[in-house]
Amino acid sequence: MTSPLDLAQAHPRPAFTVTLDGRETEALPGQTVAAALWAAGVTSWRTTRGAGRPRGVFCGIGVCFDCLVTVNDRPNQRACLVPLQPGDAIRTQEGTGHDD
Amino acid sequence: MTDRPHLAVIGAGPAGLAATVAAAAHGVRVTLLDSAAAAGGQFYRQPAAELRARRPQALHHDWGTWERLRGGLDTHVKAGSVRHLTDHHVWFVERRADRFTVHALLGPEQEDPVAVHADAVLLATGGYEKVLPFPGWTLPGVLTAGGAQAMLKGALAVSGRTAVVAGTGPLLLPVATGLAAAGVEIAALVESADPKAFVRRSRALAAQPGKLAEGAGYAAQLLRRRVRTFTRHTVVEAHGTERLEAVTVAALDGAGRVRPGTGRRIPCDTLAVGHGMLPHTDLAETLGCRLDGMNVQVDGEQRTDVPGVWAAGETTGIGGSALALAEGHIAGRSAAARLAGHAPDPREWAAAAKSRNRLREFAAALDSVYAPPAHWTEQITDDTVVCRCEEVTGSAIREAVTELGAGDVRTVKLLTRAGMGWCQGRMCAPAVAGLAGCRLAPSRRPFARPVPLGVLAHEHTHPTERGSS
Amino acid sequence: MTGAACALYASRAGLDVIVVDRGPVAGGTTGAGEGNLLVSDKEPGPELDLALLSNRLWGELAQEFGEAIEYEAKGGVVVATSPGSLTALEHFADGQRAAGVVAETVAGDALYALEPHLAPGLPGAVHYPQDSQVMPALAAAHLVRTSGARLLTGRAVTEVLRTTDGTVRGVRTHSGDIHTPAVVNAAGTWGGELATLAGTSLPVLPRRGFVLVTETLPRMVHHKVYAADYVADVASDSAALQTSPVVEGTAAGPILIGASRERVGFDRSVPLPALRALAAGATRLFPFLSDVRAIRSYAGFRPYMPDHLPAIGPDPRVPGLFHACGHEGAGIGLATGTGHLIAQVLTAKTPGLDLAPFRPDRFPEETP
Repeated sequence: MTSPLDLAQAHPRPAFTVTLDGRETEALPGQTVAAALWAAGVTSWRTTRGAGRPRGVFCGIGVCFDCLVTVNDRPNQRACLVPLQPGDAIRTQEGTGHDD
Repeated sequence: MTDRPHLAVIGAGPAGLAATVAAAAHGVRVTLLDSAAAAGGQFYRQPAAELRARRPQALHHDWGTWERLRGGLDTHVKAGSVRHLTDHHVWFVERRADRFTVHALLGPEQEDPVAVHADAVLLATGGYEKVLPFPGWTLPGVLTAGGAQAMLKGALAVSGRTAVVAGTGPLLLPVATGLAAAGVEIAALVESADPKAFVRRSRALAAQPGKLAEGAGYAAQLLRRRVRTFTRHTVVEAHGTERLEAVTVAALDGAGRVRPGTGRRIPCDTLAVGHGMLPHTDLAETLGCRLDGMNVQVDGEQRTDVPGVWAAGETTGIGGSALALAEGHIAGRSAAARLAGHAPDPREWAAAAKSRNRLREFAAALDSVYAPPAHWTEQITDDTVVCRCEEVTGSAIREAVTELGAGDVRTVKLLTRAGMGWCQGRMCAPAVAGLAGCRLAPSRRPFARPVPLGVLAHEHTHPTERGSS
Repeated sequence: MTGAACALYASRAGLDVIVVDRGPVAGGTTGAGEGNLLVSDKEPGPELDLALLSNRLWGELAQEFGEAIEYEAKGGVVVATSPGSLTALEHFADGQRAAGVVAETVAGDALYALEPHLAPGLPGAVHYPQDSQVMPALAAAHLVRTSGARLLTGRAVTEVLRTTDGTVRGVRTHSGDIHTPAVVNAAGTWGGELATLAGTSLPVLPRRGFVLVTETLPRMVHHKVYAADYVADVASDSAALQTSPVVEGTAAGPILIGASRERVGFDRSVPLPALRALAAGATRLFPFLSDVRAIRSYAGFRPYMPDHLPAIGPDPRVPGLFHACGHEGAGIGLATGTGHLIAQVLTAKTPGLDLAPFRPDRFPEETP
């Protein structure tokens, strides 16, 4: 099966490890938080502060602020914009992101 | 070099790049600021460099144009006439007595401030996608069509295996073919426009044979991949509990209402949906530029009504990348002449002006054929979340309108909080206007993006040289 | 807001009320207000008396409307930034106490128990438990709805109709005349224009203010917190920008930072220095705010009158015309008292407060 990486003939350096809520997962150099989580089969990493509903990427270009996530204890980062570095700690975010 | 007049160009998409190259070629020192890590904007969004893609052109249309633009930029950067500041998120442009100050935050964290001083400013801030709500549109797996494309082009990422592409507009075809080429099964392409409308506007559309060929090319690819295409159909609901599992698609009648009994359920894990584009006009408005409807108003030279401020591309009206290139070129030439102290000779850009006229007509024709269903607000059920940030439902907005006397987007916002959240109404304003029964008007957003109070509190007078060049 | 309160109390006094607005509900300064119901910033005198009356009435409405108007009796904390200013502040509070204000001096641990995130080392503050808050647009909309008044939005008054002897007989709008023996001018910052339409004058002028709004946070700021120099600003006659931060958390989550004041006419451009000054003041009081993001700001035009008191009551120059405007930055807070007093004079009752200081004709006639 084709993948976008195959289509563009990408040959990134080897994957590194990051964590999602403490669990290890892999990310490629150059991948944003959203891309790495999608690759790991995760489509939601935030729940809303009102109804507690799951959210993930919506606009993909940093305008809608739906994909907010906590990275290295910094809340409300847009997963579609932030590239990952080895060892980054991603945490799913609830409510305002400042609650804990 | 510093005695040359200095132009700040905001946005490195087709309009900003064309403007940068044109101005730099005519004696202006240009600082090009853009929020992305590489030039290209949304249309020519490039894969992250670290992904080391050998064939990024597989994701793009009209790659030759991009190579020319990039080549022009590289040449001027090497010559020192252009400084390209990547990862610069501009939040405010300040007009002072004798100059402009562009205030940006360094990305991706957007915490550290940068200020760039310039003699003139050229706004090429592009646009973002409009999506009209329907039940289930907040489920993970539902993306904007442009968002699906941005994630594909920039991050080489897709959110699932089976997608429905839906809504209306010229973006849907390239999104569907792009996803299909990247290995995603396209379960359906759902367009609410009526093919007959294209026939009615065939003359205006046929004036752009290149554009029609482009569309035909996409259509042929979809045909080859046996993608089911539904015209005069719309998505009435997205299903799922924690994420998208299926959508229901239904036919529209002649009046633009959903035909009862025509719903069919299509399993999918991704819905890429869009209903056209809206321009980014926040910086222009804060500068006091006059708007024409939702667009920044410009004259034949792409000047706004604020002296020293030019605008080009989607921010002056949605029209696509080719129009943005023509406008950017004209804006750059005009700015170069005006900054050198003389009126430009429009004959120097006659070709660009001619294609600008043609492409604006083409965009107007497209605009008239691609239309959301006339009665789209009927899809918004009382418990449909309309404002995604503040989770304001259709019933709350209807109550503000019918019970509390709100007749415009601002009053609905005050009474319901719709539009008060992180995105500042960029996502929900079209829907709120529809429910309130008023025209969509630009809302004032003094900060083009959120800014830490600690940054706002301090005056940053020293231009910094941080950021790549 | 003032019009809504007048409608509610007049309607409850048995009158048939029509509310006419050229825009939507809360479309003017109300929609740009923070919803301060303050006694803390007022010196003893007629405005404080009106504030105390209004405060009591807001408390009653809060019982009736519940959460719909986001009423919160959160209290105010006025912080002294130097030992000298604490002395001045306590002296000011002594006078207020004599007029019926509850004011408690707090210092040291007691201050930080009230507001744990305040900057360290502040000498002290005065706590005003009566200071409260509503969401102004919601309050205006719900008061109008509950009043049962006919609401005509999007209708601009183009003329005040008068009989040959000058008595008011109604208003003309661009879509028809409305006949009534009494017209209440609750046009706020635009109250001077309406007075002109009625053939008289009222010197209401705009004073621009900005409010900054942050991202949503858990409750970090519990009261209305501001620095003592704000009190001097309200009574100031200077046209220069004077900013002192009023910082408060809201029920909805964002923190509001307000109270810039400039006399620049109806200029709607966004000047960065005014916003910077607000941010600087707020981060000085609450250092944690430095890392918090401002997501928007909004401007409003406060209606001020030369002596900083509103115009409330009948206009002796035009029989049938009543004024209820010119409340400057305190219009939300003073609306209930104003509406109550207007209803009393409309029904020929003796008003509960002496209206002499608020007389609309107290200013010298403007020579056209």
